[in-house]
Amino acid sequence: MPVLWVIAIVLVIAAIGFFLGRAWALKSANGDQRRLHSLKGYYGYNVALKTVVPAFLMMAFWLLIQPFYINSEVSKLIPEAEIAEGSNLGLVLAEVRRTADGIGNAVDAGVMDQKLATDPAADVEVITQKLKDAGQIVTSDVTPSVLVAAQKHRALSNAGRFAMSVAVIALAIAGAVWGLRETNAEFRARNVVEKGIRVLLISAASIAILTTVGIVLSLIFNTLEFFRLYPALDFFTLLEWAPSFSGRGGASSLGILPLLWGTLYISLVALLFAVPIGLFAAIYLSEYAGAKTRATVKPLLEILAGIPTIVYGLFALLTVGPMLLTVFGPDGTGWMGGGRAVMTAGLTMGIMLIPFVSSLSDDIINAVPQSMRDGSYGLGATRSETIKQVILPAALPGIVGAVLLAASRAIGETMIVVLGAGAAARLSLNPFEAMTTVTAKIVSQLTGDSDFASPEALVAFALGMSLFVITLGLNFLALYIVRTYREQYE
Amino acid sequence: MTDATATPTPTKSLTTSDAHMKKRNAAEKRFKAYGIAAIGAGLFFLVVLLASILTNGLTAFQQTFIEVPVYLDPAKLDKKGNRDPEEMAKVSTFGYAPLLQDGIFAQVEQKGIETPLAKSKDMKALISASAAAQVRDRVLANPDLVGQTVNVRFLASSRVDGYLKDRVTRESVARDKNIDAEHLDLVDALRAEGMVEKRFNWDFITGADASESRPEQAGIGVSMIGSFFMMLVVLFLALPIGVAASIYLEEFAPQNRFTDLIEVNISNLAAVPSIVFGILGLAVFIQFMHLPQSAPIVGGLVLTLMTLPTIIISTRASLKSVPPSIRDAALGLGASKTQSVFHHVLPLAMPGILTGTIIGLAQALGETAPLLLIGMVGYIATNVPDGIAAGFLDPNSAMPAQIYEWAKRADPAYYERAWGGIIILLLFLFAMNAIAIILRRRFERRW
Repeated sequence: MPVLWVIAIVLVIAAIGFFLGRAWALKSANGDQRRLHSLKGYYGYNVALKTVVPAFLMMAFWLLIQPFYINSEVSKLIPEAEIAEGSNLGLVLAEVRRTADGIGNAVDAGVMDQKLATDPAADVEVITQKLKDAGQIVTSDVTPSVLVAAQKHRALSNAGRFAMSVAVIALAIAGAVWGLRETNAEFRARNVVEKGIRVLLISAASIAILTTVGIVLSLIFNTLEFFRLYPALDFFTLLEWAPSFSGRGGASSLGILPLLWGTLYISLVALLFAVPIGLFAAIYLSEYAGAKTRATVKPLLEILAGIPTIVYGLFALLTVGPMLLTVFGPDGTGWMGGGRAVMTAGLTMGIMLIPFVSSLSDDIINAVPQSMRDGSYGLGATRSETIKQVILPAALPGIVGAVLLAASRAIGETMIVVLGAGAAARLSLNPFEAMTTVTAKIVSQLTGDSDFASPEALVAFALGMSLFVITLGLNFLALYIVRTYREQYE
Repeated sequence: MTDATATPTPTKSLTTSDAHMKKRNAAEKRFKAYGIAAIGAGLFFLVVLLASILTNGLTAFQQTFIEVPVYLDPAKLDKKGNRDPEEMAKVSTFGYAPLLQDGIFAQVEQKGIETPLAKSKDMKALISASAAAQVRDRVLANPDLVGQTVNVRFLASSRVDGYLKDRVTRESVARDKNIDAEHLDLVDALRAEGMVEKRFNWDFITGADASESRPEQAGIGVSMIGSFFMMLVVLFLALPIGVAASIYLEEFAPQNRFTDLIEVNISNLAAVPSIVFGILGLAVFIQFMHLPQSAPIVGGLVLTLMTLPTIIISTRASLKSVPPSIRDAALGLGASKTQSVFHHVLPLAMPGILTGTIIGLAQALGETAPLLLIGMVGYIATNVPDGIAAGFLDPNSAMPAQIYEWAKRADPAYYERAWGGIIILLLFLFAMNAIAIILRRRFERRW
């Protein structure tokens, strides 16, 4: 039974439970609502909660755990010798899963009958042919033991799915019965329901923690796996990035330094571009501009912040790059070889960051109290002198924090560099050369054809880990600076 | 008394400024000019960005079509002559392509257009590879058409389309093996006869992606459906979870370590680069939980986790803006804490929550980087999903991923598609933001 149906059935049971619970509570009070402890709805909610929550929890756990159980059962069926040179158990298991899915689809399509699909002695070639007829993807790796394992996989997952449906629905009914049995006029339904709601709210809030844990664990495990295959020292110190695609770890040199250099260089260009423009725009908007100008210009600038990064990526690739090329390319000064360069990505990223810097700085400048401006004017300072000597020093920690946040955005930016910066890792000072970044390489290593167990793919997780640590570090630093050096005004 | 304080003759008047003051005033003017220049630069970039989107993308909504009478030759399409669709299905698109070429060539001869292209086969360069399939579908749906001469409107090849849109010129085709300058002359002549024309192309908005060699056929419709299903997942997960989390943190959470931990986590997640969420999705949802690759449900889950901090932050702000007197009044009338929140605070905060949710959804709609890692690029979205479950679980693309995919392809005709896709994406974003602003204006309450 599909999962969606199970969910629907549980919800129907809950709805019935709700109405029954409400009715039973009223009946136990002889139809007089005033003799109930809680409002009658709470008795219904009590039953519904007890139906839904345990059943869905069990379903979630079952769905998580079943694949592990099946994998361990199925891998017993695959002899050591079956695992080919250069392959591993995971790849064979993926093959098993694919074959099992294929058989399932073939049976659904009516190409294969149930008997053939479950016959362990079936001829591999017959099955392969049938699978091909059904339009399923079949590789040459289907061997008798893979086939047997696939059939076992299919049998187990079908049985597991069926057992889950039965168990979940049974639990839902049990929960409903439990809720209904406690229903009587004295039962403190409201308190119980409110406690339940509180628990649900806490678990929703905990998802933020779970997400962080998920990110950290998925990064750490794969990074450790990568360092098992590839020396960590090389990763951090090699000045060369040259992944091989032969599948053998030894031939690639995977040094993060050229990528980090590209990342920092592009971010630096972006910040050099965005910070002055953003800061001056913020100063003008908060100190000089009238209410009307402010009300029109600010939202207009913020449009730049709402535009998705893919748009900036395309803008870099197809507008900024060719534009720079006409000025600095072979027909101009001759500094630039191709449209993709540090400058292209940096300028585009700078445009993206202008509203980010300006709106953050704007808030900070506005937070400087008016009395400080008035004091400065009273001493005869002009507006610009007030800004330079009073407001900016007072707002400096906040502005530095804003710049650091912008830097962390720039370092983590992906689409602009994927489309605008180029693919070659280089350690160079020339801003008109193509370089590549950490994020661009994460994308290229994980979207290629290399399998997930090779160091060439796993390196992406190590890169992701570095990126995560760097951006997090910058954010903490920004927060620290703002907190520590902030002037407190009454 | 008057002569006691003889007024000293002033060396200079206060109303005329001296050199120093002039310098200060000049500095003041300069400083102000910097600010105006900065704002001008920002607005300039906005204009350049929008202008380049519009000038490059609007042409994608127009497509070149060829309309000619085509004789559906029974000798080629239905050799046995019994008009049985099943038998006629054996004739592949290769059987139909010459008919179209003949159709154009007949017109060329009939109208007396002078061209060095003397063979009907030479017309192939004008016709999109999709045209034969289109005619074949039409014939198979209505076998009686065989033997008749019908007017058919079909797509011109992307080179011809490019010529009408000034992307392809006589100089640029000199090295192009697909089309020659003679073809372009012919196109001019056919255009004068009204057989070749540009018209609005609905297929770009509703259609499916096409293979690398047929940019004229590609559309964004299927990936739009993929985006739609992803947004459904985000809406139905991120809104309840985000609101529940915010209610807990804002109304119930005691001041303790656990609450602090949650708060720190939320503010950190808001700053984590989106690509890292893609890594999370790949490792957890695909490698660990074996959810199908490229499926909108996986994309939706990843985007949910990414949007949660945004929704939580805005929801908390709107919960905070509900004045405490509302809560106190509810508690004073005997409501429980939970009742005061769910019956009074939450409904009052709802406009703000919805506004924040729509803005979060708009953010999620335009996000690309995490989708790259869970396999939503490289997949050619050619089929409209059949049914709701398939919509969530079958591989599909999403609008930004589709745009990226087009931007990566070698044929420059796809760049126009990418820009056009961006126009559609931005229209969605503007619409969502407009709704958010209207909601805020209409329902926002100042206490």
